[in-house]
Amino acid sequence: MKETTTKPVLDDQRTTVYKVDPEHPESESLPTLRTEELLLNMGPQHPSTHGVLKVILELEGERLVKSTPVMGFLHRGVEKLAEDGTYHQFIPHTDRLDYVCAMYNNFAYCRAVEKLMNITVPERAEYLRTIVAEVQRIIGHQFWLGTQALDIGAMTVFFYAFRDREILLDWFDELCGARLTTSWYRIGGVERDLTPALIQKLRQFLDYFPPKIDEYVVFLEKNRIWVARTKGVAVISAEDALSFGLSGPTLRGSGVDYDLRKYEPYSAYPRCEFSVPVGKNGDTYDRYWIRVQEMYESVKIIQQCLDQMQEGPVMADVPSVTLPPKERVFTNLDSMIQQFKLFSQGFNAPPGEIYCGTEAHKGELGFYIVSTGGGKPYRLKIRSPSFIHMGAFDYMSRGYMIADAVTIFGTYDIVMGECDR
Amino acid sequence: MHALAERIQQEYPRGFIKAVEWRGDVAVTVTREFLHDIARFVHDDPEIDCDYIVHVSSVDWPDDEERFEVVYEVYSIRKRHRIRLKTRVPESDCIVDSLTDLWRGAEFMEREVYDMMGIRFRHHPDLRRILMPDEYTEGYPLRKDFPVQGKGWRDTFEFLNETT
Repeated sequence: MKETTTKPVLDDQRTTVYKVDPEHPESESLPTLRTEELLLNMGPQHPSTHGVLKVILELEGERLVKSTPVMGFLHRGVEKLAEDGTYHQFIPHTDRLDYVCAMYNNFAYCRAVEKLMNITVPERAEYLRTIVAEVQRIIGHQFWLGTQALDIGAMTVFFYAFRDREILLDWFDELCGARLTTSWYRIGGVERDLTPALIQKLRQFLDYFPPKIDEYVVFLEKNRIWVARTKGVAVISAEDALSFGLSGPTLRGSGVDYDLRKYEPYSAYPRCEFSVPVGKNGDTYDRYWIRVQEMYESVKIIQQCLDQMQEGPVMADVPSVTLPPKERVFTNLDSMIQQFKLFSQGFNAPPGEIYCGTEAHKGELGFYIVSTGGGKPYRLKIRSPSFIHMGAFDYMSRGYMIADAVTIFGTYDIVMGECDR
Repeated sequence: MHALAERIQQEYPRGFIKAVEWRGDVAVTVTREFLHDIARFVHDDPEIDCDYIVHVSSVDWPDDEERFEVVYEVYSIRKRHRIRLKTRVPESDCIVDSLTDLWRGAEFMEREVYDMMGIRFRHHPDLRRILMPDEYTEGYPLRKDFPVQGKGWRDTFEFLNETT
C-alpha cells in the first residue's frame, strides 16, 4: 500500500464546468454547473467529540476547507471558582478537569502549590506519586487507544483496552475509594500509603500487561482500514507544532522530544531510566505508536519505582501547610482544629507568582498561580493541553476528507472537561 | 538580574520596566508599546530563542491605575529555559498587540483572555468569544467585579430561600 505523508492540496478552482461527453451529445444543452461550499455542523452531540464540542465544517465536496471549533459547552468557570476557595479546597475541582485522568490533574496542581509554598515532598511520597501518575498514564492511553479506534471503526481493541483499564480502575478504587474522581494527591504528599496487597496487585498487573499491549497492537496494525485512516492523516510539521504550542504525544509525533519528565525532571523521574519515544512523520499513526511505546515505558518506570522505594513518611512535615495524618485528626483535638482551619481558611501563601508545568499523558498541563498572600489564590490559570490542541484543529484539518475530522479529534486525545474548564 | 532579563534590558532599555526572579521563574514586565517588539526579539534572538508558547493569561488588579496585566509565558525547546513577559493596560484602553504572528498558538489563548477578561488584541485574526456564548453581554467573568455565582438572566428570577 502506498503511503501518503504529504498533505493533500486543495483544488483552488471552485467552479466546475462539466465537459460535454462525446458519447452523449445531448448533455451539451445542460447549463454550466456551479458548486459551492457546504456548511455542516458537527456536534455538539457527536460521540467522537468526547464531551460536547461543536465544529462548523466548511466543505467542498467531501474535503474540509475550513473548520471552526465552537467550544465552551462544558465551561464551568473552574478558574473563577479557584479564586473563591482555599488551596486545599481546589484539589477536587482538578479531578473534574480531565475526568478520564484525575490523578494527573491532582499531581500537576499539587506540584504547582508546592512550588509556590516551597515545600519538599518526602522521598517515599515522590515514588508513590510517580507510580500512581504512571498508572494513570497507562489508563489514559488505554482509554485513548480504545475510543480513538472505535471512533474510526475499529471496534475490537476497545473491549480489550477497557477490560485491562478496569483492573487499574479497581486498583484505584482500593487505593482511594474512587475510580475516576480520585483526589488522592495532597499538597505536600499523598493521602495514604500503598498497602502491601496493593503493591502485590500492581506487580501482578505489570507482569500481565506488556503481552496485552502486543495484543492491542495486533488488532490495530493488522487492520488495513485502521492503518489507512491513520497513516498520513493530520500531518503537522515540527515547526508548526511548536508554533501552535502543541505538547505531549501530539508534539512528539512530529519529532520534537519535548517531554517535561526529561526537560525539567520532577518527582522520582530523574531516578528512573526510561526513554521518550519520538515520531518521524507527525501523523496520527506516529502519535498512536508513541502512546503505545509510552505504555511500555510506564511499566518500566513503575517497576523501577517499586524496586527503589524505601519506607518513610508520605506527607511533608510542614504543619502550617500540610494536613495532619487522618488518625490524629480523629483522636487529637489540635490536629482536628488544624485540619479544619487549613480547609476553611487556608494557609498563608507568600505573595508572588509561579508557573509549574507537568507532563500529563495528553501534554503539558500547567498551573499559573498568582498569590497576594492569604489563603486563596488571587488568580489561577490552567494551561490545558486539550484547549491548546484545538487551536491547531483548523490548520491540521484543511484538505482532508470529512470523515478524517473524527481522526483529528482523536489524535489530540481531547477531553472537553479540560478544554472548556 | 537574570541573564535573559539583562539581555532584554540592553536591547530595549525604553521598553523594559522591571524583572523579577522568584522560585526560579523569570518574569519581565515591559511597556505595552514595546511588547510586540520585545516578543519578536525573544522569539528570534539566537540567545533567547523562545520558539514555544506555553500560555497567555491575564490578571485583574482593580485598585491599580493600569488595571489589567497580560501575561505571556514562552519556552525555548533548544535552550530549555522559560521566560514570562508581562505588560499592563488601563481599563479605559485595554488593548495590546496580538502576538499571533509570532506564535500561532496564541490565537486561541488570546481569544480566551479576551473572553474572560475583556482585553482586546490588535491585529488578532479572529477575536471572538470562545468559551462563553457569542451573544453573551453580561461582562467578562474573570474580572474581580464579576460575582462568583454569576449574573445575568438568572438574576431576573425570585428565589424563595433568599435571606436578604
